[in-house]
Amino acid sequence: MSPARTRPATALRVRRRLGAFVFLSPGLAYLVVLLLVPLALVLSYVFFQRGRFGGVVYEYTTENFSRLMDPLYLRVLGESLQIAALTTVIALALGYPTAYLIARLPRTWKTVALVAIVLPFWTNFIIRMYAWIILLNGPGLINSALKSLGLGPFELLYNKGAIVVGLVYSYLPLMVLPLYAAIEKLDPQLREASANLGASGFTTFRKVTLPLTVPGVLTGCLFVFVPSFGNFVIPEMLGGGKSVMVGNLIRTEFLQARDWPFGSALALALVAVLVVLLLAQAWVARRA
Amino acid sequence: MLKIDGITRRFGQVTALDGVSLEIGQGEFFALLGPSGCGKTTLLRIIAGFETPDSGTVTLDGDDLLALPPNRRPISLMFQSYALFPHMTVAKNVAYGLEREKLPREEIRRRVGEVLETVGLSAHGDRRPAQLSGGQRQRVALARSIVKRPRLLLLDEPLSALDKKVRADMQLELKRLQNEVGITFVVVTHDQEEAMSLADRIAVFDSGSVRQVDEPVALYERPRTPFVAGFVGANNTFEGKARAAGLDAGDLGELAGTPLDGLEEGAGALLCVRPEKITLAEIPEETEDGAEGLEGAVLDVSFYGGVSHLSVDVPGHARPVLVAVQGASAVRPGAKVRLTWDADDAVVIPVPS
Repeated sequence: MSPARTRPATALRVRRRLGAFVFLSPGLAYLVVLLLVPLALVLSYVFFQRGRFGGVVYEYTTENFSRLMDPLYLRVLGESLQIAALTTVIALALGYPTAYLIARLPRTWKTVALVAIVLPFWTNFIIRMYAWIILLNGPGLINSALKSLGLGPFELLYNKGAIVVGLVYSYLPLMVLPLYAAIEKLDPQLREASANLGASGFTTFRKVTLPLTVPGVLTGCLFVFVPSFGNFVIPEMLGGGKSVMVGNLIRTEFLQARDWPFGSALALALVAVLVVLLLAQAWVARRA
Repeated sequence: MLKIDGITRRFGQVTALDGVSLEIGQGEFFALLGPSGCGKTTLLRIIAGFETPDSGTVTLDGDDLLALPPNRRPISLMFQSYALFPHMTVAKNVAYGLEREKLPREEIRRRVGEVLETVGLSAHGDRRPAQLSGGQRQRVALARSIVKRPRLLLLDEPLSALDKKVRADMQLELKRLQNEVGITFVVVTHDQEEAMSLADRIAVFDSGSVRQVDEPVALYERPRTPFVAGFVGANNTFEGKARAAGLDAGDLGELAGTPLDGLEEGAGALLCVRPEKITLAEIPEETEDGAEGLEGAVLDVSFYGGVSHLSVDVPGHARPVLVAVQGASAVRPGAKVRLTWDADDAVVIPVPS
């Protein structure tokens, strides 16, 4: 009641906050140095002009934004969205049944299946992409197999399809894991209750299982969409190096065209799209 | 109505149900009572269709139940955890079963309204389960199971998650509902008081087998096996050999009791007498020996309000004898007492050798 009695309590609270800060500071430092500072730099570059050999000349301009509206670049952004969306849809279609089956396996097999899902991460990413090139290229494994059946050869490599295949392959585990977590924690009695009330297996899935795993679906989609959208290694390797995705374009602007300000503008556009998606996901997840 | 015949279910080395046979009549309130792990829940899940027996048959009014998938059985199950759909409102939860029957929307609305009225939740139709108290959630689960007008309603530990006050209300509610709707109820419980107060008949389960099927009073007063005698209510048991008029308890002498029909004289037997059937009398300082009954010393007196429990140490008997008397007891710990009972109030049952 008296100020004298509340002061120790306040002091305690302050000390607790300080304690929390000590534990948080390594993570905070990491975020500030490696995320906020680069982001601030990128943000500031956008308003300046390009230097002749890279870097920036500190003269204010809005030209970089107007260039973004150029149909050429809008088309690349659109194409990237399309590829990332297609990748996400395919990953969801493949990932949901996989996660569902794993969640219903006996416990020991669950562990085995989950390890198998994560296993590809133990091999170098570039090597796995080369493996896909060997599989998909003109005289590659798939085409020679098809040839022995009297089919083909098909143009499997260096096109949009190959990029989607590579992206789905790389990020499918990021779809399966959150879906598995969501399905696994569902009370099995809810499915039984649904059956007991007269629902078929499909109705139970549509009315109970799917709605209750929407947050997992959203998380998985985001985990796949975000790295797919900004990806530049896979389009480079499997897409034949044509700048079809925004990630490649950004890389080209920074490293080959040496136009840092415009590269920054593209990067910001990418971040903006992703922030909008994140907000949408958070909004839907809260309502679900 | 429901006929269970020779149901056996094994999980690996464990036999959950061992040749269980039961018959439950139309409109009956039947309880499956037993300690946890006795197989009663497995039987319930077999009736509902979530578990398949290794052998045996289950028929409902002559129709083979085991041939039907769970969603085609005219049976409702109220889950112990209630299993309400968290993403649906109360009204939607209750309507779920009716929607599966593809009933007209108007009829669904009317029947949901009626059943919510019955369980006293008309004002809560728009809430989500998470916004309700435990008792309310349970009533939603009940409403959801009865709205389909099943021929058989299964209840898995219906009252176990509720506190004492709500339990008593709910117990009355269940009874009233059963009289009103005339559905056959089968309730699974480990709580003998719950079983006794609710059920018309009780099947006592132990280690996958039915030990006794009887009405609550018969079960309490005339247990047929040592397990039932020990599980249902408090009981005092004395070991010995069966006699025509009771039990020969060795050093304790002859104890008065009524042997079960068909119990042979001299066979190993157990005499059971309820604490409230024992008459307790304080022995005056100078007393003649040779009077009837058991002598002992009071160890402890516990007062429970309506009754008092006294534990009495009888020399020659390992466990203290429990005696219940009305109201407060004037007897103090340490007092010498004599314990007697009518032969009609004690039952002598065989001990399987």
